Amino acid sequence: MTAISNDPSIYETPGINWRRQIRFGLIGALSTAFISLAGMPVGLDGRSIIQPVLSMGYLSLLWVPFVFASIAGSEVVLEGMAERQRSARDLWAGALVGLGSSGGVVLLMILIQNFDLRDPLVNWSPQLLELLSFDRSAAFGMVIWLVLGTFLGFLGGSMHVVPQKFRSATLTVCLSVFGVSVLETFLTDLLEGFGLEGLTDLVYYKRGGLEVLGAVAVAALALAVPLIAGPRVARVKTQVIEMPSEERRRVNLALLAVSAALLFVLPFFLGKITNELLANVGLFVLLALGLNIVVGLAGILDLGYVAFFAVGGYTTAVLTSPNSPGFSPELPWPVALIAVVILTGLVGLFIGAPVIRMRGDYLAIVTLGFGEIIRLLFLSDWLSGWFGGAQGITNIPGVNVGIATVKGTDPRSVFLLVLVFCGIAIYVSWRLENSRLGRAWMAIREDEDVAEAMGVNTTNTKLMAFVVGAVLASFSGAIFSAKVGSIFPTSFLMLVSIIILVVVIVGGMGNITGVIVGALVLIGVLGGPKQPGLLQEFSQFKLLIYGALLVWMMLKRPEGLVPNVRRTRELHQEEFLQDAWLKGEIDTDDQEGTA
Amino acid sequence: MSMLEIKDLSVTFGGLHALKNLDFRVEEGEIVSVIGPNGAGKTTFFNMISGMVTPTSGDIFFEGESLLGLDPSQVTERGIARTFQNVRLFANMTILENVMVAQHCRTDQKVFGALFQTKAFKSEEEAIRTYGEEVLSFFGSRLTGYRLDQPASVLSYANRRRLEIARAMATRPRLLLLDEPVAGMNPRESAELTTLIGRLRTEWGFTVVMIEHDMSVVRDVSDRVVVLDHGETIAQGSYEDVANDPQVIEAYLGRPVGSEEIPGESS
Ligand SMILES: Nc1ncnc2c1ncn2[C@@H]1O[C@H](COP(=O)(O)OP(=O)(O)OP(=O)(O)O)[C@@H](O)[C@H]1O
Ligand SMILES: [Mg+2]
Repeated sequence: MTAISNDPSIYETPGINWRRQIRFGLIGALSTAFISLAGMPVGLDGRSIIQPVLSMGYLSLLWVPFVFASIAGSEVVLEGMAERQRSARDLWAGALVGLGSSGGVVLLMILIQNFDLRDPLVNWSPQLLELLSFDRSAAFGMVIWLVLGTFLGFLGGSMHVVPQKFRSATLTVCLSVFGVSVLETFLTDLLEGFGLEGLTDLVYYKRGGLEVLGAVAVAALALAVPLIAGPRVARVKTQVIEMPSEERRRVNLALLAVSAALLFVLPFFLGKITNELLANVGLFVLLALGLNIVVGLAGILDLGYVAFFAVGGYTTAVLTSPNSPGFSPELPWPVALIAVVILTGLVGLFIGAPVIRMRGDYLAIVTLGFGEIIRLLFLSDWLSGWFGGAQGITNIPGVNVGIATVKGTDPRSVFLLVLVFCGIAIYVSWRLENSRLGRAWMAIREDEDVAEAMGVNTTNTKLMAFVVGAVLASFSGAIFSAKVGSIFPTSFLMLVSIIILVVVIVGGMGNITGVIVGALVLIGVLGGPKQPGLLQEFSQFKLLIYGALLVWMMLKRPEGLVPNVRRTRELHQEEFLQDAWLKGEIDTDDQEGTA
Repeated sequence: MSMLEIKDLSVTFGGLHALKNLDFRVEEGEIVSVIGPNGAGKTTFFNMISGMVTPTSGDIFFEGESLLGLDPSQVTERGIARTFQNVRLFANMTILENVMVAQHCRTDQKVFGALFQTKAFKSEEEAIRTYGEEVLSFFGSRLTGYRLDQPASVLSYANRRRLEIARAMATRPRLLLLDEPVAGMNPRESAELTTLIGRLRTEWGFTVVMIEHDMSVVRDVSDRVVVLDHGETIAQGSYEDVANDPQVIEAYLGRPVGSEEIPGESS
């Protein structure tokens, strides 16, 4: 083996694939031109990352040369082949990609100067040109872009030349500066809660981006913390891993309890805006956990999931609001909740029963239809005597919990209530996944016919997934209703179903942690269908980014951000099998063990 | 009363008669082999018994009760389990989970038990696990130990076939339908599996109907052989009778090229 693979005449290491570099340069050019015309640079210019050096608007273009150059430079190393020796030429390859990417900007500038396409392309504007020329002459801007692009591409290419340590350090610094800047509202709010306003004033430029010195400090901290704490954390980790399983379980439980306690204390240190934001995230976590049972565990692609959210919300409104047009018992929220859960469960059965017999695409389309039907029913004149049609139901009281009333004007209490229900939903998902029912769901996801032949009543089992999912969504609807105080059919557009699905997919299907991370990242940072996220400036590009993220995910990381081991295996079956084979995990011999 | 009794049964797909006026019986404790050239309708025969294909006419009785109109899961609950010719495991579930989920129709804990971790739930989970391991250990150490928590997809082909049988056993059937259990195994492995099939009857008390192309397995283990061709029974009886039946020999030999093995020669 070694004799062969070391013989250079047979396995000559290939040089740089210039065609690939050129292709990525061209894609980069298209991307920058597209991003510019989508209006991102102008739209996001108001938000700065590092004041006054870098704004989100410029960043929306500047990441392209760097990232594309480093992607273009990465190569798949085949097993048994030596990795190509990197050289200075890799830097030039990166620079080429960078040059191409910024070339897109320059070309666009020339076109904007000479033609007027403002009519179809709204963002074909003088402001864009001005921004791209850095408020100077266009020629100056073009030169700067070319130089900057080439330089960033050069840096991107260099990522493959420098040692691994350096690479991860760069990544940490970039991400932490960006992260601290993006999380500004949250962090200032939190630090204010601890009475540390002084610190945030130092780091942040009056609400909007980091100070230059602040950015440097963050970068230094990002480098120093892993250096100092890294070995210690690693030591503790190995200690925990080496513990006997009983003890390890106890440590894990303790950790879980501590983090849960911290989470419940957190709202008291946060301001209104952040509590509101996290409460919204929590509502989506609830929805996503419910959909995760339906799609992630049982493999039923439900595109009308918002229907259950709507039923939960409307039922709560009818049962608690004095303004409910038809029937108005004005029940207290906790009592209403019982009725809501039962009713939504029944609606789940009712919608599920006809739908569940279908499979795949048909099922997806029919659920999509049911989702819309439910919304239209709430909107219709026919039922407006009950649900108020387009006027909706207003004046929904909050949740009275003895000492306080949970309602929208007090986001802290809403967040606490949401946390309690998220806890319940997590517990339910976890227990069900590891039970007879959960195994049956997984078997159906793997192969429905075989599951049926092995004695699983697939109709009932799938229906059960539908009902459990519906109940979790109804929690979210009930809290939503009490939080907002009024309810309209427009809160339950199809878009909500799609966004919940995207949260589940991006986070990692079939994985509780993944779903929570997905909701935090998408709803918390970018914002929900109507709720603003941390990056409020992004709201007009939210759907664009969702779409781009989804496409990228499907191509590169179909298992989601926090993958479920099982799903990963499913999606990367071949690679997994090859790895397992290389590690000697697959059994090929049948020598061992006789009966 | 026979354990399984099929009366005048036909299955058609469009214009194709996959099974034609079939009569068939299995007595309790028998091991019956079904043989026949490719496309004879053997797998369709199994699909029909297990409820995955609805017969066009005729009736099936299992322990005196008709199986017509039952869902496959109900048939399994009555006590008939099967394996698949083209191994269909739950590839991304672990080996233990594969045999655990197969006990679904023999257990009944639902949402409540799982959420509140009731005593009944815990003891049932324990029982499912224990029985699952017991079934797996029927194949020696091949499917047990560290393998329990590995996904079924890492198993070798022969072990996947074994797991298929284990999964069918886990449903606690009385009648076991094995579709080409030794396909893809080497002679040593198929000899080993042949003894295991014998033990399925003696130790586990299963009645077995087996589709098999490997004639040495058929000869060694079956009490009775039924030959299907074009969806019809063309012969049945002991292995020797069938192997020397002129009609059977013709079914295997008197066909255009590209046909099949000859009884008596192992494939
Ligand atoms: N679902 C179906 N729809 C249409 N035709 C089918 C279907 N299932 C089986 N057939 C046809 O019925 C006939 C019998 O098929 P079957 O699979 O039962 O054969 P077999 O005896 O098991 O063959 P083999 O030895 O290759 O497994 C074949 O001609 C097949 O094409
Ligand atoms: Mg067959």
